Amino acid sequence: MIEVQEVSKSYAGKPVVEKVSLKIRQGSVTSFIGPNGAGKSTLLAMISRLLQKDSGKVLIDGKDISDWKSTELAKKISILKQSNQINLRLTVRELVSFGRFPYSQGKLKKEDWEKVDEAIAYMDLTDLQHKYLDQLSGGQNQRAFIAMVIAQNTEYILLDEPLNNLDMKHSVQIMKVLRRLAEELGKTVIIVIHDINFASCYSDYIVALKDGKIVKEGPTEAIIDNKVLEHIYDMDIPIELVNGNRIGVYFK
Amino acid sequence: MKVWMLVAALVLLSVTSLFIGAENLSITDLFSMTDRQWQVLTISRIPRLVSLLIAGVSMSIAGLIMQQLSRNKFVSPTTAGTDDAAKLGILVALLVFASATTMQKMLIAFAFALAGTYVFMKFLDRIKFKDTIFIPLVGLMFGGIINSITTFFAYKNDMIQNVTSWLQGSTSAIMTGRYELLYISVPLLIFAYLYANKFTIAGMGEEFSVNLGLNHKFVVNVGLIIVALVSVVVILTIGIIPFLGLIIPNIVTLYVGDNLKKSLIHTALLGAVFLLVCDIVGRLIIYPYEIPIGLTVGVIGSIVFLYLLMRRRAYEA
Repeated sequence: MIEVQEVSKSYAGKPVVEKVSLKIRQGSVTSFIGPNGAGKSTLLAMISRLLQKDSGKVLIDGKDISDWKSTELAKKISILKQSNQINLRLTVRELVSFGRFPYSQGKLKKEDWEKVDEAIAYMDLTDLQHKYLDQLSGGQNQRAFIAMVIAQNTEYILLDEPLNNLDMKHSVQIMKVLRRLAEELGKTVIIVIHDINFASCYSDYIVALKDGKIVKEGPTEAIIDNKVLEHIYDMDIPIELVNGNRIGVYFK
Repeated sequence: MKVWMLVAALVLLSVTSLFIGAENLSITDLFSMTDRQWQVLTISRIPRLVSLLIAGVSMSIAGLIMQQLSRNKFVSPTTAGTDDAAKLGILVALLVFASATTMQKMLIAFAFALAGTYVFMKFLDRIKFKDTIFIPLVGLMFGGIINSITTFFAYKNDMIQNVTSWLQGSTSAIMTGRYELLYISVPLLIFAYLYANKFTIAGMGEEFSVNLGLNHKFVVNVGLIIVALVSVVVILTIGIIPFLGLIIPNIVTLYVGDNLKKSLIHTALLGAVFLLVCDIVGRLIIYPYEIPIGLTVGVIGSIVFLYLLMRRRAYEA
């Protein structure tokens, strides 16, 4: 389990995340939502050890992340950032094979390659596996990176704005994959996401942040609520029930 | 391009290289050599060939590692101040530690080259405007500043001529006893190959490395040490070979990609082939005299470099 205890971070004296405490539920999809500058990405980066926290603790399976060996942690938790600008000419298959690095240190064995094949097939990339990343569309690229994370085979998968720059079709595709990861493979998925309706349709739990603090957290139905959203975003967002999904109509 | 083609070209060019020169020695003499011919072969031609091969492989791989670690295709020992800092180091070694052995001089130059490269990498961290062309320009300016310091002290101490001679790589004076330092590169290059996967991951950025549990800082430092040491060894024996570390990895990227485990072999072979071609051209063009290899590589290399620049511009737009 991931447990966040009173974690804080400030930049140049300005607090970005302030004493946030949180428990992430196993085998579910949790979304971090909130306005720009709420500290969502910063919080995610601290949970994934990409960013040093000023104070507080992050426990993964009861052990402080600073006590974990980095290579061991890489088998436990993976993180994808919003901009995967690696600007290297790698094929999809090569990229995915790097997901096995924590297990193989670069010398992939037969079972590592099996995992790579599985991940590529899982993301429906078999036909594209020998293409270079720069020959692919944004959506295909994102799928390749998620395939890498699948090959990394971690219990916890963290994604910072995985839908950034994707059109509707590809966004839906990615979100469906994330759900399947939780439901079929029992992964714990945490995402930072802007679109409250994607959060509403695909997550089990939502954590709403504002000004570096958690405003409210709970099951999706509890957060996608007119009152709660008004408090988070300072705007009136009527909620409509469409095909059993709670949809916020905020366009006008 | 396939690996076997590069190997074939390399073998062919190596043999050719052995039988070109002012002293008459042809492949048909191989089994009935005079003492003099035997001496030419073992004291001059073979050392020359070996040093060309090692230098070609070394400089291209140094460039490849730098490009990967700095995440910029136009960074190389020539465009990151490494060569210039090494030169300053050699000058300091000559001026301050006049009685130093070659090995000690190498270590001093190595310290300078490493420091220079390190400072450049620190610049990179600070620069927000990460334009592909802008970064190597900063490196060239940085190198220019170091160079001016070198020139100043060289001028004051009447050593301008020495300094200029390092500036221009030349293989004509390579003889037994004057190139063995280059062998230091060999274990370093093998080590670089073992580290290939780690360099590739480091090239995907710090966050990417952390995610995969790789110690980014450590891998970068290992890479910089290899680059600095290899550059110094080449400068001390042959001199500065401009552009080699820049163009070879860029050409290889075009057809094998950036997975170092794959591209390292190609880069090494192509680097050696390219340097051999340049050397042979330099030896034939005003036969029986020679043009220094630094010049031929500079001329051919800058044309290829320009082409790559244009190509990238078109590609980005």
